[in-house]
Amino acid sequence: MDSFQDTIFKLKRYWADRGVVIQEPYDLEVGAGTMAPETFLRVLGPKPYNVAYVQPSRRPADGRYGENPNRLYKHQQLQVILKPTPDDVLDQYLMSLEAIGINLRKHDIKFEEDNWEAPTLGAWGIGWQVMLDGLEITQFTYFQQCGGIDLDLVPAEITYGLERIAAFLQNVDSVYDIEWAPGVKYAAVRLADEEQFSVYNFELADVEMLWREFELHERECQRLMELFRATKDRARFPVLPAYDQALKCSNLFNLLDARGAISVTERAGIINRVRKLAVGVAQAWMEQQSPGDEVAA
Amino acid sequence: MADFLLEIGTEEIPDWMILPALENLRAKFQFAFGAFGGSALVVDATPRRLVLLAKDLVEQAPDTQTLVQGPYLSAGPKAAEGFARKQGVTVAHLAKASDAKGERYVFHQLVKGRALADALSDGLPAVILGIHFPKSMYWTGKGGPRFIRPVRWIVAVLDDRVIPFEIAGVKSGNLARGHRILGSKEPPDVTAANYFQVLQQNYVMVRADERQTRIESGLGADVQRDDNLLRTLVYLTEYPSTIRGRFDPLYLELPQEILSTVMRHHQRYFSVRKPDGSLAPEFVAVTNTDGDPDGLICRGNERVLRARFNDARFFWTVDQQKPLSARVPDLAKVTFQAKLGTYRDKTERIRKLAAALARQLEADASVVDRAALLCKCDLTTDMVKEFTELQGVVGGLYAHVQGEGEAVATAIYDHYRPVNMEDAIPRTLEGQIVSTADKLDTLRESFRIGLIPTGTRDPFALRRAAQGVVKILFEARLNLELMPLISDEPELVPFMRERIEFYLRDVLGFFYDEVAAVMAPPMTSLADLADRAEAIRYVRPTEDFEPLAASFKRIKNILKQAGIERAPAPNPDLIAAGPENALYDAWRCVGAETRESKSYREKLASIASIRPQVDLFFDKILVNDPNPAIRENRLALLYSLLTEFSTIADFSEIVTKGSTQI
Repeated sequence: MDSFQDTIFKLKRYWADRGVVIQEPYDLEVGAGTMAPETFLRVLGPKPYNVAYVQPSRRPADGRYGENPNRLYKHQQLQVILKPTPDDVLDQYLMSLEAIGINLRKHDIKFEEDNWEAPTLGAWGIGWQVMLDGLEITQFTYFQQCGGIDLDLVPAEITYGLERIAAFLQNVDSVYDIEWAPGVKYAAVRLADEEQFSVYNFELADVEMLWREFELHERECQRLMELFRATKDRARFPVLPAYDQALKCSNLFNLLDARGAISVTERAGIINRVRKLAVGVAQAWMEQQSPGDEVAA
Repeated sequence: MADFLLEIGTEEIPDWMILPALENLRAKFQFAFGAFGGSALVVDATPRRLVLLAKDLVEQAPDTQTLVQGPYLSAGPKAAEGFARKQGVTVAHLAKASDAKGERYVFHQLVKGRALADALSDGLPAVILGIHFPKSMYWTGKGGPRFIRPVRWIVAVLDDRVIPFEIAGVKSGNLARGHRILGSKEPPDVTAANYFQVLQQNYVMVRADERQTRIESGLGADVQRDDNLLRTLVYLTEYPSTIRGRFDPLYLELPQEILSTVMRHHQRYFSVRKPDGSLAPEFVAVTNTDGDPDGLICRGNERVLRARFNDARFFWTVDQQKPLSARVPDLAKVTFQAKLGTYRDKTERIRKLAAALARQLEADASVVDRAALLCKCDLTTDMVKEFTELQGVVGGLYAHVQGEGEAVATAIYDHYRPVNMEDAIPRTLEGQIVSTADKLDTLRESFRIGLIPTGTRDPFALRRAAQGVVKILFEARLNLELMPLISDEPELVPFMRERIEFYLRDVLGFFYDEVAAVMAPPMTSLADLADRAEAIRYVRPTEDFEPLAASFKRIKNILKQAGIERAPAPNPDLIAAGPENALYDAWRCVGAETRESKSYREKLASIASIRPQVDLFFDKILVNDPNPAIRENRLALLYSLLTEFSTIADFSEIVTKGSTQI
């Protein structure tokens, strides 16, 4: 039986063998692999790019104090971006399942409609949730728009839910029983994380401080975007650091939300503020990538 | 003659879009290639392919002639020569035809019928890309073709000859694809004749009805029938098989509503019932495989369901830590609609309205108020956040275990009902009141801020809310006048009237004119409206009724022409003996009868009995008497007759034989 890390190694190897760049996780808090600049910014524009990375994804509201066997505050996604999408992308995907030991001849696989949308990123795509014996193991999306911009090349985004796949392969009911490495359980590696962050996110996070932080990062991102508009030397302009500020805001929004500090009435407004930052950065990135081409807002 | 087969090979199409797409494909094909005849046009589909088979097409469309209009003879020989040259003939070949402006040259041009193969080759790309989908995508890059999902292969064969064309870089051919996992790795080549058979050998049941039969044969008599789920699964699979799994009976402690929602909506499983009708700890899942010999798929599905049930149990336990009654203040954090405030505000409005309804209907006021206060509280529970389709139901279940009493729990449980025309109305009077108050509040408030449905745009499902109110009022026969409840919003009145008319016609089956007749007098309760319509239907076949309706129409016209909008009671001193007096007496007599009789049927029957006197009156009496006083009095008599007998229904709306009014 493969351990959690073996499964990850095999998936990375599989995609590396197909010419995909294996990246390391992005080192800021993100809610999903999509938000890492390796996806969010790289899918823009006409340059082909194939990349894969494991992204620890934080969703504060999904935390369950380590008590729920299936829900986690932070889970691991393997994110694969194939830009442009190869014609046989679904076959390649299915072979990757075979590569980690799933004999498709003996299992039931279905592609069920599930269109993905990330309002804070101005991004959406069309695709499926991939169901393996009734278990959602992957989100597959053909990106159509990102940062409010129509994509030149349509990338396929394959997001493997690693804990679910590992629990399936190892035939365990609780993620905490997954063997991470031989002799080491998932609980030994991550349970403290789940317990402590649940307490912090739901009970102790300082709401006022989080709001202040949100505003500071928002202002910094806006400031950089204003400078970008004003500057002539765009080639080396720090668009990527500006995007980090937007990511910070996104995570702070999630924290505030989990803390119950955002009323439903305010929600749409805050989402829109984050979206504005992400869309602004995406446009700046496009202009930086292809100087001379102004991107229509 | 030849058969044409088209298989549009795609990645998995959402199940609910497939049937409309097939009908669209059929219509577009028919429109484009109708000239080639054909004995049958069959469409069918799996998630990965849209298939069309056209049988016995002629391979050469017949030649046709079109008439080309030329110059008038009066334009001179030069014009005629020019026209002939343009048609590639000489003037001698032209014919002549006359129209209003004179005689002109015409040319009968021969249009060669196209070869079927050429027409298909040219026309198919537009037919295929013209199929309408509710949501489409591009995949080859910006500006590329759009379809529901990427097109990956195309089979287009006329008998066994490939019809060549290209869509999004995919060239048509004769190579089909089998089932993703079970089919042969080498794409099999097909002809129009062997297509279905070859696909079957490759584990694709192209025909939806065959897949359905195969699924149904695996369901068993104890499986809860669910046609929508069945249809979904038919279009989620190419080679369906069923497996029967089990779950721990301990989960049966959770309410059945929650268990079956998890199974149906989240896992697409069929529920299984015990002989006593309660839920059995089993489920049936439909796979896209030829079986599950090792039981692996079954065990996998069981594990997933276990996790889902665990979640539900977790939500249930956590939610109980804060009873519904303690959640009322939390509703202030849940927006109902941006301009209409929170659910806390809505709750107060529902309470007020429900209290008024309870008074009128003599319902248990404390039950109604408690249910109204708590009905939206489940929106703050984890269970409803996870299973939104269970809103109301969860509230009812929680109220039950939290000791709110059966009447309150049932009213909360039912208060979203009816969710559509097929759904039942709330079971209890209190539930009917809370449901009506909730929906009326949504309608009144939405109309107040101008959120009024237009055409097909109805984002807040206001038509459904209105239809729900109407259904409750009709079916529960609530003695409630609707108009005072909605008349503050002028545009809501016609909106509700439309729903009422729809219900009378389409649900209760009354004719258009019967509905118009009972809707004309001031609105009473909807139950009363239905009774009046029923009475009309009852007396309608009697011999006096329709002629009387015709006479009422005549009276209405006479009064209209005379400009009479109101009139005093007729003066008996001015009534002439004979037919006029006969009518006067009949009016008084029938008037008294209708006031006394109990049922609308009796009332209408006695009104209809006045017909001979009315006929005789019109036969013998001239309303327009030279003496203005007599004339006025006769009009007053007719006016009294019309108004007094139109409170049940406006008979002049009834379409009588020989009448052209619709």
